[in-house]
Amino acid sequence: MIAFLVTFLLVFFIYLLLTAGSGSVGFWSASELIAGAGLGIVVAGITRKFLCRSDNYRMTNPLRFLLIPVYILGPFLIEVTVANIDVAMRVITGRIRPGILRVSSGMKTDLGIFMLANSITLTPGTITVDIDEETNDLFVHKINVTADEEGKTVTPARELFSFADIPAWIRRIAE
Amino acid sequence: MIAEILIVACLAVGSFFNILGIIGLLRFPDVYTRMHATTKMTTFGSVFTALAVIIYGVTAYLDSVNSQYAVLAIHTLIAAVALAFTNALGSHAIARGAHRAGIKPVQAVVDRLEEVGP
Repeated sequence: MIAFLVTFLLVFFIYLLLTAGSGSVGFWSASELIAGAGLGIVVAGITRKFLCRSDNYRMTNPLRFLLIPVYILGPFLIEVTVANIDVAMRVITGRIRPGILRVSSGMKTDLGIFMLANSITLTPGTITVDIDEETNDLFVHKINVTADEEGKTVTPARELFSFADIPAWIRRIAE
Repeated sequence: MIAEILIVACLAVGSFFNILGIIGLLRFPDVYTRMHATTKMTTFGSVFTALAVIIYGVTAYLDSVNSQYAVLAIHTLIAAVALAFTNALGSHAIARGAHRAGIKPVQAVVDRLEEVGP
């Protein structure tokens, strides 16, 4: 039941975003509100088992939910900007030292692993290539491997980022 | 006036990073390093281009209170978020597929995934 409700609210919210500005009830017309609710019930009835597969409703806590935009616009944006300028310099100078590292994530949940892997992939200079599903270690292709990282068998995820402690932020949101 | 300067600045930054992404595609040696240039830097550039559209939409809405400009801003925001998500998932899928297909990273100093095996 909770799974149905969560999926319905998410679908309804996205429908409202897409049809904002259509009429006079707030931003929406009455027909769009009814159509959105009807579609939400149908879609939630079909797909509730997919969205809430883990039976874990920690993310329905609005505080955790609101932390996501703070995280994306704060520490993550700073990291991405710095890394972009770094890779831009490497494009111009051509100085690269690529390699695939084994990175220990320290995450326990699927959502934590998902967010960390995507954060690493979206940061220029690092791509998540594969995941060891037993130990939750990530294999990360890095464009500039330092001699220090080359020697280590496992690199902590914190050391891939220069300023903000991204893994701690993700742990705060997802675990 | 300030909004116009911001829009031009966002467009300039966006185009700059997109151009560098394309140069990186031509300069780098193999699929992994090329992906660093093409997928990440062009996303960053495109998000800045989208930001210019959002600023334009918001300022035009505040001027005219015509809801079509608000719709423009909201839809561009959704497009930027979708772009960021699909980019991360897509480049991970390409990298994983390339490594499974046996493509070795060129000039690599270390390859921990190769040591583990398929």
